[in-house]
Amino acid sequence: MKQRRLLNFVKLAVLSALTAVFMAGCSPDEYMVLHPAGPVARTEYDLIVLSTILVAIVIIPVMAILAYIVYRYRDVPGNKAPYMPEWADSKVLEIIWWGIPIVIILLLAVPTAKTTFALTKPPVQDVKPVTIQVTSLNWKWLFTYPDQKVATVNYVEIPAGVPVQFVLTSDSPMNSFWIPQLGGQEYTMPGMAMRLWLQADKPGEYFGSGASFTGEGFAHMQFKVIAKPQSEFNAWVTQAKQTSPGLTKDGYEKLKQPSVLSNTLTYSSYPQGLFEEIVDKNGGEYMNHDFMGNEQKDQSGNMNHDMQNHQMSDSMSH
Amino acid sequence: MSSIKDFASHFFVTGDPLIYGADVSIVLVSLAIVFVLTYYKKWGWLWREWLTTVDHKKIGIMYMIAALLMLFRGGVDALLMRMQLAWPNVHFLKSEHYNEIFTTHGTIMILFMAMPLIFAMMNIAVPLQIGARDVAYPYLNAISFWLFFFGAMLLNLSFVIGGSPNSGWTAYPPLSGLEFNPGPGENFYLLSLSISGIGSLATGINFLVTILKMRAPGMKLMYMPLFTWSVLATCIIIIIAFPVLTVALALLFIDRLAGAHFFTMAAGGNPMMYINLFWIWGHPEVYIVVLPAFGIFSEVVATFSKKTAFGYKSMVASMMLISVISYFTWLHHFFTMGAGADVNTFFAISTMMIGIPTGVKIFNWMFTMYRGRIRLTLPMLWTISFIPCFAIGGATGVMLAVAPADYQYHNSYFLIAHFHQVLIGGVVFGMIAGMYYWWPKMFGFKLDERLGRWAFWFWQIGFYVCFMPQYALGFMGMTRRIYTYPDGLGWGPLNFVSTVGAFLMGVGFIFQVWQIVYSIKYGERDLTGDPWDGRTLEWSIPSPAPHYNFAVIPHVKGPDAWWTMKQEMKKEAAVKVDPAEIKPIHMPKNSGRPFIMSVFFFIAGFGLTFNWIWMGVFGLAGVAICLLLRSFEYDTDYYIPVDEVKRTEAALGRL
Repeated sequence: MKQRRLLNFVKLAVLSALTAVFMAGCSPDEYMVLHPAGPVARTEYDLIVLSTILVAIVIIPVMAILAYIVYRYRDVPGNKAPYMPEWADSKVLEIIWWGIPIVIILLLAVPTAKTTFALTKPPVQDVKPVTIQVTSLNWKWLFTYPDQKVATVNYVEIPAGVPVQFVLTSDSPMNSFWIPQLGGQEYTMPGMAMRLWLQADKPGEYFGSGASFTGEGFAHMQFKVIAKPQSEFNAWVTQAKQTSPGLTKDGYEKLKQPSVLSNTLTYSSYPQGLFEEIVDKNGGEYMNHDFMGNEQKDQSGNMNHDMQNHQMSDSMSH
Repeated sequence: MSSIKDFASHFFVTGDPLIYGADVSIVLVSLAIVFVLTYYKKWGWLWREWLTTVDHKKIGIMYMIAALLMLFRGGVDALLMRMQLAWPNVHFLKSEHYNEIFTTHGTIMILFMAMPLIFAMMNIAVPLQIGARDVAYPYLNAISFWLFFFGAMLLNLSFVIGGSPNSGWTAYPPLSGLEFNPGPGENFYLLSLSISGIGSLATGINFLVTILKMRAPGMKLMYMPLFTWSVLATCIIIIIAFPVLTVALALLFIDRLAGAHFFTMAAGGNPMMYINLFWIWGHPEVYIVVLPAFGIFSEVVATFSKKTAFGYKSMVASMMLISVISYFTWLHHFFTMGAGADVNTFFAISTMMIGIPTGVKIFNWMFTMYRGRIRLTLPMLWTISFIPCFAIGGATGVMLAVAPADYQYHNSYFLIAHFHQVLIGGVVFGMIAGMYYWWPKMFGFKLDERLGRWAFWFWQIGFYVCFMPQYALGFMGMTRRIYTYPDGLGWGPLNFVSTVGAFLMGVGFIFQVWQIVYSIKYGERDLTGDPWDGRTLEWSIPSPAPHYNFAVIPHVKGPDAWWTMKQEMKKEAAVKVDPAEIKPIHMPKNSGRPFIMSVFFFIAGFGLTFNWIWMGVFGLAGVAICLLLRSFEYDTDYYIPVDEVKRTEAALGRL
């Protein structure tokens, strides 16, 4: 009896704790992953929902059956439930519970495969995408805009409704570039130039952060993503070009030194080929890179592997 | 003088009151131990009975004590972290200190808590379950233990000497490389893991051979208890996985010691190679620690439902399947590191597949209880609570395996919640169940039920209060390993709830310590050797088992050997030994060399950590001499005469 009361109390406690957790006085959009603001994040969100439903189909009955069995077959005097100590085999039951998970995994595998391939392409095909290069530094984010020739630190401006191809590298230990409301993360790695397609539906400000540990100042590697209509984005570029200082080679070397910046920075220009140089000096010279996709083939003029880049880029653009 | 001062300030970790506190407590505890041992004249006893023992049961107990101490250390780390994260902008720990703490928390919990705890259960139960008098290589078994022990000590030392590793328990280069991480911290990590890793590999070989070659006559493979099966599957994974870790750590150490570039992009190395190697060991590693827990649950469920384990064959098949599929899952740890869509898809599906055999096992456990008689003893409570916990953890695991969705979960608190749920809900619950289950066999008395229930409920409630909010925090964009976070993101309340849960689990642990201390004095004594009405052979001998285990090796005629024997004759008759069948028993002699050799390993490890080559060479030379001496040793065993066995058995009422 005492135990039963304890059990009820515990159930109540766990339930109320869970409720408290999910109600904990937050506006819904604090759950960034569950409030996607772009097609990439939305695709991923749909998969999250689908997978949750599919696993729930298994685990909810499991818990119900468990509760029933433990209650029905507990060892108390006068329990009338059948006791069959030798019953330990049933082909039918075993086929059922080998079968159900196999079916569920198949149901999950197909959309997983489709989405995995789909995310390597721009989320919409009819809008000309923009490329932004991302470099993670100790402990700040540098964004260079090869088409606009401007650079920013610790914030990034993007045109809304336009697919953005982020090209990622690192001039420090590897980090991971994550803007939950626009889509999942990808690592920034020294000597590599990896891509991530993201897109914002509407103008707005989104939270971004470094997700992979890089040492002392890692916790402060958060940045803002500001999505603007294309016209305002263009105006911002023009203004940046007019009012901001340029980033020089020396300036970059200073920026690169380990430190945490409390403010954001804007540069009207940056040394040509800076990003490619960063990739190369960190070991990219040993890799075959296609730095910019189809946007940038004229830029990497003096790179020793440009021929290959061009060919790869061309084949990509078809 | 000033050079000594200079050296000391680099050698000892300084500048943090928490660490000075640790210094003081380490010195005090060491003095107290020395005092107690001297005062009660126990040094000789300690050396003869424990430090030189090759008895698997004693080695198992030492593993368990060491693992529980490490659980305490790793738990304190966890509480410090949770205190730091309870509110936004807390400055209780500095970034550097926090980074060291989460690194040692992960390293200790996986390698110096979970691993020794499974080795404890293996040592305590496997030879007894298969009707053997020892493991295949008792001397090697002692070496394994002492290598683990001194490896663990080496890592723990880093807290007060030289500085702890701080680049995460995975130690990815380039962050863990010389450029971004000078100083001895990472060396401590690499060397302590390498030293204890030798021991783990040896244990894997030892138990594989033990299970294959030392079973009692008549015990076919398909008559083996499920725990023994789970250990067999584990050993296969250990033997294949641990050499990979050894190589990865050795290459990284060469990078750091000799300036090589295996894992840095400069000069053509590649950090991805380390990450691949690490996880080719690292993902199977989670099955290394969870499979023995599965074995324990299988034993406990059958015993306390008074029923044969349901679907024995598919239990065995699923464990063997897990040991194979575990090698096709490593890449899911870096879906977001630029592998192609084809590679990600392959590993997404192969990762999900591991949910199939695991799910089958859960159903089999439930249907073992079905039509049984369920006694809610402590081991059974932990087993029942494991099922929903592991079901949720497994479900979130399948969700994480969906590669595109993983782009959102990766490195977030969703992931943290998932792996704590499977590792605590699976491994820790399992090992606690095993500890309660085999405690009477180890020590001859039961642990107190009432205190155990208090501990159980604090653990259970604490667990959900701690980790459920972390799933939500993952959806809120909170990333792992941050030492603080700004206000205004809404992460505060959930983190606070999570911290409360962590402390509840801490209270649960304190109840367990209290329970053990209380039960030493008041716990119910086990005079029968079979307090749970067990089904496997370890319950056919007295508690605690005599050091030769079985006076007469049993003949096995089917599964659940002891249960069958009890069914065939009255239990009083079943425990009796026929004096005519007792023969002189062949046993290994104790040896101090495993201990001494491991001390030399420790010296070598400590020297190399600080790049003191002379000390490294000295330590390794000591190891070599120990190995050489062993190769010239012929007097390694002895026989227990029949009379002595008869006397022992008579005193236990078995003749």
